[in-house]
Amino acid sequence: MSVDDALLAIEDLAVTVGTDEGKAEILDRADLVLRPGSIHGVVGESGCGKSTLIKAILGLLPKRTVVERGRVHFEGRDLLQLSGDAMAREVRGRAIGFIPQDPFQALNPVFRVGDQLMESLRWHGLPGEEAPLRGRVDRATRARHRAHLVSVLSAVQLPDAEQALDRYPHQFSGGQRQRLLIAAALSTRPKVILADEPTTALDVTTQLQILKLLRELAERFGLSMIFVTHDFGVVAQLCDTVTVMYAGQTVESGPVASVLGAPLHPYSRMLLACHPDRAVELAGIPGAVPSPLKPPSGCRFNPRCTDARPVCAMARPAVTTPASQHRVACTLYPPDADPATRAA
Amino acid sequence: MLRFILRRLLLALPALFGLMVLTFIMLRVLPADPSAALAGENATPEQIAAIRAAFGFDLPIWKQFLIYFGQVMRADLGTSLFTNRPVAADIALRLPATIELTFAALIFATAVGIPLGTLAAVWHNSAFDHIVRIVTVAGLAVASFWFAIILQFTFSMEFDILPLRGRLETGIDPPPFFTGLYLIDSLVSLNFTTFLNAIEHLIMPAFTLSLGGLATIARFTRAGVLDTMQKDFVSYAKAAGYPERRIIWVYVLRNSVVAATTQIGLLFGALIAGAVAVEWIYDWPGIGSYAVQAIFTSDYKAILAVTLVVGLIYAFVNLAVDVVLALLDPRVAETL
Repeated sequence: MSVDDALLAIEDLAVTVGTDEGKAEILDRADLVLRPGSIHGVVGESGCGKSTLIKAILGLLPKRTVVERGRVHFEGRDLLQLSGDAMAREVRGRAIGFIPQDPFQALNPVFRVGDQLMESLRWHGLPGEEAPLRGRVDRATRARHRAHLVSVLSAVQLPDAEQALDRYPHQFSGGQRQRLLIAAALSTRPKVILADEPTTALDVTTQLQILKLLRELAERFGLSMIFVTHDFGVVAQLCDTVTVMYAGQTVESGPVASVLGAPLHPYSRMLLACHPDRAVELAGIPGAVPSPLKPPSGCRFNPRCTDARPVCAMARPAVTTPASQHRVACTLYPPDADPATRAA
Repeated sequence: MLRFILRRLLLALPALFGLMVLTFIMLRVLPADPSAALAGENATPEQIAAIRAAFGFDLPIWKQFLIYFGQVMRADLGTSLFTNRPVAADIALRLPATIELTFAALIFATAVGIPLGTLAAVWHNSAFDHIVRIVTVAGLAVASFWFAIILQFTFSMEFDILPLRGRLETGIDPPPFFTGLYLIDSLVSLNFTTFLNAIEHLIMPAFTLSLGGLATIARFTRAGVLDTMQKDFVSYAKAAGYPERRIIWVYVLRNSVVAATTQIGLLFGALIAGAVAVEWIYDWPGIGSYAVQAIFTSDYKAILAVTLVVGLIYAFVNLAVDVVLALLDPRVAETL
């Protein structure tokens, strides 16, 4: 997977945050490639930098964070170089849609759902149309926005779409709210959709319905989506390709069948073994994700790795491609044994 | 909603009754003797006793209260011992002045306090935030009578741009009576000279009175906005591409003013109490200065009536606040 045929690519991203105890490296050498029309999973334990990755793409990194290195390629531009104003006007809600983690908290409780969902259309316009000047919409435009939203709401299979727009968030269940938020993300026909653990806050049956819906929508509209999760089961059901992250670093990426079927990195192997669907017994990984204040040197996983050798703590392992389109950063796969590297 | 309003009005009745009992007893516990005051300095004990009997002050207190309560129920607030006019007529004459003053102060405090608090939160820990904090703390701490005198000294005596006291200049007739509020009445009757003159007279008293409320509203709005900005729906709104200004001035503010609105209801009590001092200093012909006069002359019927009327207004304002809260937040409306 090269950066060139990607729709969106993150390259060698490093982000630090200033804390009272010093600088914390929350992302270091994070890579990700999203190809058009595919769903790309980002998987890892809590605190490994998945959400930070999403925030970096959206240009919404919290205060006191600094992008030390890296690029976010999208439509021939580096999003990290765009001004806050350009990000708000051209990217967020327009070129890139967002589905949040917790549908119970994401909608403002004191505004009607319709007013909130129409906000994106108001500032970014209907798909294929110019945005209304300074968000001023006349009655006719508003009616067209509303009609468009109703059609999107029926696409996400929300019952009584017309009436739903006049109700308040607390009048919907969690699954219905997530459908509303998916509709909000789809309404401006963005090129990329970022989903930040959109099923975590829901109960299991609702999770399955939402995943099924996302899969259907992806096929119907040819969506390109980055889907953050900590659950390999979700990746298996939904995604085409996947990136595994550990402590702010991309450790492995590739097609889902390859990464899940034959994981290369010891961390991926152990994480997969943790998944109750796949292991007879919960293996668990000894130790915890290291503090980003003092990350281990070399490969950040080496203190917890059963295959660790002295060389692992010395330098960051090189990224190699031992299998087709399947990349890994681990000393178990040296560059000289790598057919891709040898060819070059 | 209608049922809620009716229920709240019914609940206000026992509260007002309690207020009446309390004021009645407190006035009797005070050493001041209205009979002695009425009889004058040179009265003999016999004369005082006669007056006492005539006004029923010699009866047991519970009997006196029952008599008074019966009168109030018949809308008879008694006769002022000082002005010799029915207390109800006195209050009807003066109440609009107080309402005009307190509402002007409240509107000013809200109109300035909410944007001030919001900006302080948006730019929190900036120089602007610190200045707002200092000004609001000062606004709460400064005694209104002292501030009033400073204003009078500066703007009336030194620069002579605002009138020193009163509600209208002598020589200008009050506008024809519709609401009793000069600003509204003069506008309705297209009397612009009177309108401007009434505004000039209102500025300093209303500003003095609004200071404490303005500080409270600004502080509660700041805290509310800061709290709301941490919410998930704000980060979602950013990620979904709403413009920053729109997020703050529409989506954040609406959630944040809930706390400030609750305060406005409570503030109204403080505003009325403040009006007593402010009206006295600016010679504003409202029920505040009437109450001061009544206290000085032990005019107990007037004191009782003013307390009752203020209690009634307070109950109404807080009911209005609850209705506004329900309009601001649909979840509150459903619990009504």
